[in-house]
Amino acid sequence: MATYLIRRLLWLIPILFVVALITFIMMHAAPGGPWDRDLNARQVDATTQNTLNEYYGLDKPLWRQFTAYVFGDVNKENKFVCGLVCGNLGPSYRVRGRTVQDILFEPPKEKSFLYSRFGYSMRLGGLALSMAILIGIPAGMIAALKQNTWIDYVSLFITSIGISIPSFVMAIFLIIIFASMLHLVNVVPKDWDDGKAWILPAAVLGFGTMAFTARLTRASMLEVLRQDYVRTARAKGLHERVVIFRHMLRNALIPVVTILGPALAALVTGSFIIETMFGFPGMGRAYVTAIGQRDYSMILGTTLLFVFLVSLANLTVDMLYVVIDPRIRINE
Amino acid sequence: MAKTDQKPLLEVRNLKTYFYTEDGVVSAVDGVSFEVYPGEVLGIVGESGCGKSVTSLSIMRLIAPPGKITEGEILFGGKNLLDLSESEMTKVRGNKISMIFQQPQTALNPVFQVDDQIAEVLNIHKDFGAEAGKARAIELLKMVGIPDAERRAEAYPHELSGGMAQRVMIAMALACVPELLIADEPTTALDVTIQAQILDLMRDLRSKMGTSVILITHDLGVVAEMAERVAVMYAGEVVEQADVNPLFEQPLHPYTQGLIGSIPVLGQLKERLDVIPGSVPNLVNLPAGCRFAPRCLSREKFGLKICTDVKPDLTEVIPGHLVRCWLYQNAEGHQAPLKAK
Repeated sequence: MATYLIRRLLWLIPILFVVALITFIMMHAAPGGPWDRDLNARQVDATTQNTLNEYYGLDKPLWRQFTAYVFGDVNKENKFVCGLVCGNLGPSYRVRGRTVQDILFEPPKEKSFLYSRFGYSMRLGGLALSMAILIGIPAGMIAALKQNTWIDYVSLFITSIGISIPSFVMAIFLIIIFASMLHLVNVVPKDWDDGKAWILPAAVLGFGTMAFTARLTRASMLEVLRQDYVRTARAKGLHERVVIFRHMLRNALIPVVTILGPALAALVTGSFIIETMFGFPGMGRAYVTAIGQRDYSMILGTTLLFVFLVSLANLTVDMLYVVIDPRIRINE
Repeated sequence: MAKTDQKPLLEVRNLKTYFYTEDGVVSAVDGVSFEVYPGEVLGIVGESGCGKSVTSLSIMRLIAPPGKITEGEILFGGKNLLDLSESEMTKVRGNKISMIFQQPQTALNPVFQVDDQIAEVLNIHKDFGAEAGKARAIELLKMVGIPDAERRAEAYPHELSGGMAQRVMIAMALACVPELLIADEPTTALDVTIQAQILDLMRDLRSKMGTSVILITHDLGVVAEMAERVAVMYAGEVVEQADVNPLFEQPLHPYTQGLIGSIPVLGQLKERLDVIPGSVPNLVNLPAGCRFAPRCLSREKFGLKICTDVKPDLTEVIPGHLVRCWLYQNAEGHQAPLKAK
């Protein structure tokens, strides 16, 4: 187990390297650069651009820029500055005087880590994921146990909506209904300390995952319902409650655990859109903004952070399998 | 060996279990009656789909919708199980009546260790704690002949062979010393050598514990070896019931005769095995008269007309030997062509 864990963690290194390389190439292949301004605004003049390029090392050849980012390079004062390998994500090209990890992890003054961009996103993602699991799994169970009743059909209807309607469409609908028509929340909430403001973005972000979890749980429960060991459990004289929660649920959840990894990835990509739509002060919105501004170091740093998180989630899911299903053993 | 002096442990009277499907009502069990006496092994034999498994699940009251027990009584120790509430019934299952199944490996829950699964029964019925339950589980595993029981107790079902898994199932079924054990095709999925071991084990444990057994099987060899009395089922009905020796020596019902005739005998050279022509009738549209009539060779041989129109009753033609056939009983305008000796 420990060997496996270490091997999987070491695998992260080549994964992150390759992702960094691909992102770097695509980023530089896209037209424009970090010094461009809106077309109708005053542009940065050529001399300044050259000075900036020189200062940030953007005048060097691309391969040199890449190795500088990953491993490090000597700067103007002839001092070596370590790169990604030291956990250094570099200075932001657009937010003057702040590094990328500052922007992502540093909370505002006198606030806890939870108020950093990373903290905000984690809280929203955590809320969305808990909603998806805490509603999705029971909904799927009930639908399976009451198969072909109105409860099952209502659940199927709602989950079909969740799977087929993209989150940005859902977001607009919910904003129209709850903000514009019912005035229950602000269209773009300003005060994120108010818990009410979190409901809509978390619900929209988690809805697809919730629907998917519910459908998978339902299918999996229906499969388990027919198994011989369920009949054995009843023949033992167990109450139906015990049969469902002890003997059926654990078996039914094995396939559901599988989707937790992809679900987290879906939450990450969902967060780009949802955070932007709701003006949420998290990483997703910062990422989208950075892409628009060609803030190279910010794009790379955030991408790598997302990759790191999703890889870690997949690893956790793989470990979770072993705990939940004794038939799965890790090949050392 | 008719045990008229003893009170039966289990009396099934006119049991009817129907399945209400979209294609119509399937009468899987249609008026089945039999008794099981204390300490005896009753064999229930028949082809697949004759209702023998549904009968056993009906006794346990484990028939799930669209199935329903529509009529009859299941008297266990004088009490009708069909009158019990669901929570009273859970006190009977696994405690007074327990059951083992055809596929031992899928009948065990894949995510729990075998000692936990055995301890669970002791915990719900006999108030064993976790520790005591596991200790007793190991004793039970030793009793059913599992070598290295301490280590095997912590195994998961997928780590056991079929024979081992069936031993675990038997240990689990006998944990609370039930009065009745229902064994539904307990050896069908096992290798022949393992079959013999499991049958030996069951026989051995029955004589030690005095548990009555209902042995459900399609294998007449198993019945001949294990059972004291036999009920032969066909299309949801009992067609013949007798002690095991008379039944094999003098099978009365043409269906039973066909079943016995279709067993290959080792060393005996035959051009081909005797087979019963045709197949089991569709349980939705049953023939009006005797359910076996369309396949019955004796009917043609004796030129009986009544068989296709009127259903015969299960009648005692020799003391202790019941049969449902017009060959042996009279009716208005019908003279039985045979008399059982």
